[in-house]
Amino acid sequence: MTLKIIASQCTSCSACEPECPNVAITEKNGTFVIDPKKCTECIGHFDAPQCAAVCPVDNTCVIDNAYPRYQAPA
Amino acid sequence: MTSLDVGTAEAAEGVNAAVAMGDVMQKIAEHKGCGTSGGSGKASCGSGAGEGDLPTEIWEKVKNHPCYSEEAHHHYARMHVAVAPACNIQCNYCNRKYDCANESRPGVVSEKLTPEQAAKKVLAVASTIPQMTVLGIAGPGDPLANPEKTFKTFDLISRTAPDIKLCLSTNGLALPDHVDTIAGYNVDHVTITINMVDPEVGAKIYPWVFWKHKRYTGVEAAKLLTDRQLQGLEMLTERGILCKVNSVMIPGINDKHLVEVNKAVKSRGAFLHNIMPLISAPEHGTVFGLNGQRGPSAQELKALQDSCEGEMNMMRHCRQCRADAVGLLGEDRSAEFTTEKIMAMEVDYDLESRKAYQEKVEEERVAKVAAKQEELATLAGAASDIKLLIAVATKGSGLINEHFGHAKEFQVYELSTSGAKFVGHRRVDLYCQGGYGDEDSLETVIRAINDCHAVFVAKIGGCPKNDLIKAGIEPVDQFAHEFIEKSAIAWFKAYLDKVNSGEIEHQERGDAEIRQGALINAA
Repeated sequence: MTLKIIASQCTSCSACEPECPNVAITEKNGTFVIDPKKCTECIGHFDAPQCAAVCPVDNTCVIDNAYPRYQAPA
Repeated sequence: MTSLDVGTAEAAEGVNAAVAMGDVMQKIAEHKGCGTSGGSGKASCGSGAGEGDLPTEIWEKVKNHPCYSEEAHHHYARMHVAVAPACNIQCNYCNRKYDCANESRPGVVSEKLTPEQAAKKVLAVASTIPQMTVLGIAGPGDPLANPEKTFKTFDLISRTAPDIKLCLSTNGLALPDHVDTIAGYNVDHVTITINMVDPEVGAKIYPWVFWKHKRYTGVEAAKLLTDRQLQGLEMLTERGILCKVNSVMIPGINDKHLVEVNKAVKSRGAFLHNIMPLISAPEHGTVFGLNGQRGPSAQELKALQDSCEGEMNMMRHCRQCRADAVGLLGEDRSAEFTTEKIMAMEVDYDLESRKAYQEKVEEERVAKVAAKQEELATLAGAASDIKLLIAVATKGSGLINEHFGHAKEFQVYELSTSGAKFVGHRRVDLYCQGGYGDEDSLETVIRAINDCHAVFVAKIGGCPKNDLIKAGIEPVDQFAHEFIEKSAIAWFKAYLDKVNSGEIEHQERGDAEIRQGALINAA
């Protein structure tokens, strides 16, 4: 899986962008988006996904069930 | 709300400056003549302090900074550039989801700027408004949570507009990490918002902080925040950087505690303490707005400010402005300087004409102070315990120069035998829109200045005049376009004479309301 940003809730404050250890977050059409190919849910980097931990709006950076769970490389 | 390299030569200079500033800070510490009593012609102190009240070095730093000198705020303008949208803490009085163009409160902006756009905007504004002397970064998030953008902006502006003072306003969490960079850019004014020094109190104000890749909550979060704030404050004052502390007064949560905060920040060298009323309304979507937490009344706010004043300089002229505000405090000209407009502007930054204009402003100030001193001398020997408040309609320059119906705010002065002292301001909706005011808005104005004995205006219509008199507030238009303090003292002298002769009886006034909610900008 990966995280996604609920666009309608995003305030476009940019706090998540520099926190992402995978540089997976970019600004697109006024809000921020997570590249599912790059997101690792911060597994192996931090205890919790950084975008969700810094986001000022609850339930805005959430797990995207459309993708399979991220597997840390062995 | 926050790195760039500082060359070694500059860093060495910084060390020398820090040594010299040690003396200055000592002088600040010795400077305690700030009681409410005034006495020898010093009607007020702290943010209201004039040239004679402060050490020369400090006066030079604050004399044209509207947010650090009450006296300066009548003459000089500031601007904020919204280059710092990210924040690293959550406050119960802030909700980043509910920004609105009509609102005037911290954390609200119409558009974000890149550092390059911000630098262009500063030049455009400085060329249009020659009394604009200060550039602040105050969010809408925290400047030090966006360090690259904040310091890039300072870098660009210090090159193109070297006469403009740089300042920033932070929640303090990231402050200790950036103090050297701040000093390196000659930022000599920093504001820290400190609402508590007790983590138990802090847990009721801050749901979480984000620090070193982790979200902390509750008392642990508040402990971390207060430790970092006080450490940052000490580091700044050690370097001779003037620090203002902002505190939001939240009745039932930190109102009594702010006396402790005042002592804690004073002992760490803060220059000025600004206690502001909580702005709280359900439509803001904040935790406090939604759970019905009220803000303080005008009397509650003044009582707390008065009780802290014996300890240190208090600021009472804060307008709690937006993170993209432009103009004199109390006015907002940001709509004239949208990104679209400034990018189209041809800007010719003329340092000389700015200087010439500011010299004129200085002449005006000197005249104003002289007029006040002269009038004050006539009060000498008058003995009375009477203290009362008056409201003044002004467009700036220290003059009674606004029509009652056009006033967006009233400035409030406390009059006593020690003189006229600025003690606050009251925001009101425009009473007169399109020429004819309605009753409801007049009632709003009366509620906002209900604690005042008189309202001084340049002009006022017959109807509102009668309604004010009925409400026990004397409309005074005989001092139109004259200096505020001089006029107020003259009026007060006549008032005392009337009381002494038995013509009138002095009566205390009630409380007044501090306006919440959106400010509709009709301009």
